[in-house]
Amino acid sequence: MKRLVSALPGTLRALGGEGESRLLPEARLSGPMPWVIAIMIALTVVAAASALALRHAAQAASADLEGGVTVQIVSAAPAQRQREAQAALAALVGAAGVVSATAVPQDQLDTLVEPWLGTHAGDDLDDLPIPALIDVRLGEPATPGRLETLRKLLAAKAPSARVDAQSSWLAPVFNAIVALQWAAGGLIALFAFATVSAVLLASRNALGTHRETIEIVHMLGATDVQIARVFQRSMATDAAMGGLVGLLAGIVTVLGLGRQFSALGSGMVAQGSLGWVDWVALAGIPVAGVLLVMLTARITVLAALRRMV
Amino acid sequence: MNQPAAEIVQFDNVGLRYGAGREVLADVSFTLYPGCFYFLTGASGAGKTSLLKLLYLAQRPSRGLIRMFGTDAITLPRERLPGFRRRIGVVFQDFRLVPHLSAWDNVALPLRVAGQSEKDIAKPVSDMLEWVGLGDRFHARPATLSGGEQQRVAIARAVIARPDVLVADEPTGNVDPDMAIKLLRLFESLNRLGTTVVVATHDLHLIRKVPDSLIMRLDKGKLADPTGALRYPPRRRVDRAADDADGPLGGGPIESHLP
Repeated sequence: MKRLVSALPGTLRALGGEGESRLLPEARLSGPMPWVIAIMIALTVVAAASALALRHAAQAASADLEGGVTVQIVSAAPAQRQREAQAALAALVGAAGVVSATAVPQDQLDTLVEPWLGTHAGDDLDDLPIPALIDVRLGEPATPGRLETLRKLLAAKAPSARVDAQSSWLAPVFNAIVALQWAAGGLIALFAFATVSAVLLASRNALGTHRETIEIVHMLGATDVQIARVFQRSMATDAAMGGLVGLLAGIVTVLGLGRQFSALGSGMVAQGSLGWVDWVALAGIPVAGVLLVMLTARITVLAALRRMV
Repeated sequence: MNQPAAEIVQFDNVGLRYGAGREVLADVSFTLYPGCFYFLTGASGAGKTSLLKLLYLAQRPSRGLIRMFGTDAITLPRERLPGFRRRIGVVFQDFRLVPHLSAWDNVALPLRVAGQSEKDIAKPVSDMLEWVGLGDRFHARPATLSGGEQQRVAIARAVIARPDVLVADEPTGNVDPDMAIKLLRLFESLNRLGTTVVVATHDLHLIRKVPDSLIMRLDKGKLADPTGALRYPPRRRVDRAADDADGPLGGGPIESHLP
């Protein structure tokens, strides 16, 4: 990376300010800064990618479940349960706001309870009071008001019917996702703070190292802004190189994690994949990092120079 | 005698002390005029370097008034300091070359600071280094140069931007007599172009080489005025040069003494 760091100032010189860039020995300003920035950018990329993926997963799940309603017929008597289920299904099909209503087939119910109840030869699951389930899709989100309308609709025909919004089952999951998103945001803020602190220390250190040179160029008529620009440019070079390496490391990590999660086979995880807009946003992180580093270096150096003669 | 030009530097009852120490300069009053050549003499510790620091705006006085280029330099806002400093060339006693830059880049510094393009500075910088006898040391770092060579680089850096005021602290202390005379000619040539030159030196031989020069003598922080030049401002040397075709440098175009 050192070779890259020393090569970039030449490019910057070509863009302008060649004289200024020679005022201070830029290579000596670098030190471990590119690596510190690379680590910060990589961690920020991973945190941001996680936050984006979680948001997508939550949004997709929420959209799927928004209009989903589950009707359980909990009558213990199998015949009664069967009657109420048929009556409820008949009432729901064609009811206002209901897009579809499907009875969950018995074999699916058996599969659902299999992990808890087990299936052995001779088991008679029909003797167990497993509720009959009806999967209902509403045209609009299952608000408490709409659920109440459904309950009233079913009250007479299926007294043992229980009506629940599917999204309410996943409310704790959504809350956890929101908490994780906040945590990711907090981590990104901490990484930014750590980067600013590192740049601040590096700038002060570089100022101390080059104090004599700065005094000389001050005496020759250099302005504070000219000197700050040299530091800014050097730090930006470090940040750009570190940011590029950090971005690549972050992307590799995100892709690796994505592959691992997709192997879980969970529908929710599959919905948490990143779109091209997300990748563009992730690619913008090093750019934001460079701007943050430049601003920090400029403010730090200008403040320190003001204390000099 | 012609009317003297407006003063370029004016010190009025200036005093300077470092921290809580004694005053190293006390009640210093003088006026410098454009185009004049001044020598500042005095024993070691008399306050020469402190006075020069005030002149090149590296230090603010503890008391008194300093006007430079018609402006109060004491209350000068920080953002205007660089503009003033660019009008002052300084040869530091300890040279103060930038260690990581080559001789060429050190001499180019004032021009780069002033924002001149690389194309515009290439020839003057090379010519100046050739002129001070360092044509073969363009790429040498200060650490690899002898004391005399460093001093010549420092002088080249001080004069390259043709400053209004040239302040030199013992500028010939580390060079042989021939080079000392050559550098003095450079100062005189600049002076003839209108630059006010202030040279701090112990070397009376050097002072005698510039017969029209004006002498300021510092004694324990107080300023003496042996030639009366500080009370009775002289005509500018540049004016005299126009009157006298055969000047102290042997005549010829003034520019011929500058690269």
